[in-house]
Amino acid sequence: MALLQIAEPGESAAPHRHRLAVGIDLGTTNSLVATVRSGLSVVLNDELGRPLLPSVVRYLADGSSAVGYEAQAQQAIDPRNTIVSVKRFMGRGIKDVAYREEMPYRFDEAPGMLRLQTVAGLKSPVEISAEILRTLRLRAESALGGSLVGAVITVPAYFDDAQRQATKDAAKLAGLPVLRLLNEPTAAAIAYGLDNGAEGVYAVYDLGGGTFDISILRLARGVFEVLATGGDSALGGDDFDQRIFCWILESAQLAPLSVEDARMLLTRAREAKEYLSFHGVAPISARLNSGETVDLRLTTETFSEITRTLLAKTLQPVKRALRDAGLTVGDIKGVVMVGGATRMPQVQRAVGDFFRQEPLNNLDPEKVVALGAAMQANLLAGNRSAGDDWLLLDVIPLSLGLETMGGLVEKIVPRNSTIPTARAQEFTTFRDGQTALAVHVVQGERELVGDCRSLARFELRGIPPLVAGAARIRVTFQVDADGLLAVSARELASGIETGVVVKPSYGLSDDEIAAMLKDSLTHVKDDAQLRALQEARVEAQRLIEAVGSALAADGDLLTVEERARIEHGLAELHKAAAGDNRRQLVVAMDDLEAETKEFAARRMDRSIRRAFAGRNISELASDLSLARSGENA
Amino acid sequence: MPAAAASRFMSGRESLELTTDFFALFALPRRFRLAAAQLDKAYVDLQAEVHPDRFAAADDSARRLAMQWSTRVNEAYQTLKKPLARARYLLHLAGHDVADENNTLMPADFLIEQLEWREAVAEARAVGDHHELEHMHHRLQRELSGRYDELGDLFDERCDFVEAADRVRRLMFIEKLLVDLDEALAACDE
Repeated sequence: MALLQIAEPGESAAPHRHRLAVGIDLGTTNSLVATVRSGLSVVLNDELGRPLLPSVVRYLADGSSAVGYEAQAQQAIDPRNTIVSVKRFMGRGIKDVAYREEMPYRFDEAPGMLRLQTVAGLKSPVEISAEILRTLRLRAESALGGSLVGAVITVPAYFDDAQRQATKDAAKLAGLPVLRLLNEPTAAAIAYGLDNGAEGVYAVYDLGGGTFDISILRLARGVFEVLATGGDSALGGDDFDQRIFCWILESAQLAPLSVEDARMLLTRAREAKEYLSFHGVAPISARLNSGETVDLRLTTETFSEITRTLLAKTLQPVKRALRDAGLTVGDIKGVVMVGGATRMPQVQRAVGDFFRQEPLNNLDPEKVVALGAAMQANLLAGNRSAGDDWLLLDVIPLSLGLETMGGLVEKIVPRNSTIPTARAQEFTTFRDGQTALAVHVVQGERELVGDCRSLARFELRGIPPLVAGAARIRVTFQVDADGLLAVSARELASGIETGVVVKPSYGLSDDEIAAMLKDSLTHVKDDAQLRALQEARVEAQRLIEAVGSALAADGDLLTVEERARIEHGLAELHKAAAGDNRRQLVVAMDDLEAETKEFAARRMDRSIRRAFAGRNISELASDLSLARSGENA
Repeated sequence: MPAAAASRFMSGRESLELTTDFFALFALPRRFRLAAAQLDKAYVDLQAEVHPDRFAAADDSARRLAMQWSTRVNEAYQTLKKPLARARYLLHLAGHDVADENNTLMPADFLIEQLEWREAVAEARAVGDHHELEHMHHRLQRELSGRYDELGDLFDERCDFVEAADRVRRLMFIEKLLVDLDEALAACDE
């Protein structure tokens, strides 16, 4: 029976080579890149053997930039052009940023995503993050000796659509193909779960430099299922530094500070915080440019006292996530601690008290996210065989809603829905002959539009002119596996696809990204055109391998002519990939993609059937007839 | 399997607008009473095959299809997992759609009872009586489980869709009340 003679997915007749893929933890304070080597997930160090890359970018007058330790060392000298914690600005407007009056940066006042005025010109957080990602990409390429098939980039689980999109755009600018945006606590759960063979319900408490996440997951053999997630995308270790900084100002009775002095004291505050993880009291001393001196001693008791409210702020989302998952503290088998900020003793104590158990600290809280992301990247790149893999089911952290009459929000996708997910909604016109319609999409849990995040305004155009209320426009909101929203619309009576024009509230338009891409390439050492050609070649190679293994596994689904057409397309693509005309290469890829569309549909059908394998043929046949009768109903 | 049949099987499900029989998708009998463990397993087995993570390195059309299918499987699972959604779906399949906004058919005594419940919840919430809210929550859940038992009989033994539709309308009120109760409990916690 041909139906059941099926090769497992990803398994091709020819043994495929290991595809280079990495996991990247793009952190507020530090970033890391990791990969799976000989079955083990490892962090890739820089040429001096350092695993971390400080998430700091300094712009210079000639348009170039320094990233990492080098930039960090200069931050007190050149604070205006040295950007730290840029992650806090991703997908954010100027009014969203806390303590901005204390920051040394010159913010641009334009609406939308904020921008920073630097000596090298106006910079978007997307471009600044791209510098960090590019540095990590180059580190990985030189360590692994080749171009990357792609990367899994982690984001806080509580990141909204604008923040996720900004991260994906940054990867695009950095020349990194994104295999998936993965939630940080989920990445940690993968690393923890696989290393420890953990089963049961676990909580991941992830307090990073600038973001807080809590995720509740069910771990079973081969399945990681996120039950609920929650957090605060503007709460992290930085806030603890800020509390110490304020305490220093108050205790030392300092006059208003210059930006350089403020930056130095913030650094002292951070050092004191880290010192207190291992000692009972931290000395804080500094000589300011103003001539004033600071000589203080911060005890753990005082530190706990001044940060008590921050800890309480993390426990609110924990309670809500438990409630959303329909669980209580007693159901949690273990609490995995993630993020450098969980090293603080008062954090450990507060989490332990709340969950009534010792938190799990057996993985390096600073590396676990990157290690998990690398494992997922290895899986997504197709380097693991069937049976030796796992299924990851994640959720959308915040509800998606539409603005309705009176500034109210109608929820269309509730928070904690498993992704990918979609929801269709019908709209109608309210004026005769109306041909356009505006839809405002927001994200958040509150009832008023003003209290939620504005994501985008979608304008539907090309509606056939009819009397008021006659047109029926079905708008589909699709959230993909990256947690990103896409909108499409169709007028039902005429079947006309209506154009959707997107105005992201805090995002970049395609034109802006294209301009940045062009701009960034002029400053980067490598040749722009060569780079583009290389990227197209990697893409072509990926397609050739994908189609090749599809043919090997499921070639029997094709007629002789169909197969010949696909093989012809493959040969053309091979030829184009050997040449150095990028346009020809792109055309050949498009042609092959078009030729394999129907094949992909049949393969997917077979995949679905495979899920029924193990039951007998007659059962299968009756299901199919059932399915067909359902279709006709 | 013949390719033509494969594509026909697919084409009915490619678009999000088309309805699919979710029971058939999971190879489960079209009944109200279903084994949760069997549904969970069928769901995971199916997602393991169609999830976009399986196709992250594949070509564009395969990736798009995987997203559509995975979305559909999630929708099917959510629909069948929750008893009220499952009941409404069964009614829909049988051509007895429940008119969501139509509550004029509800008998007065049922509506009065609902009003009394609602007032009691609002009162307990206003004074932050966590204990009373918990107590009401338990009572309501007991009542729900009894009503779902009854619904199982109506669907699976008696095939009485008209009566079932009436019960489902009532259950929609009660489930909404449970949501209000959950919110009140959450407000008390915070």
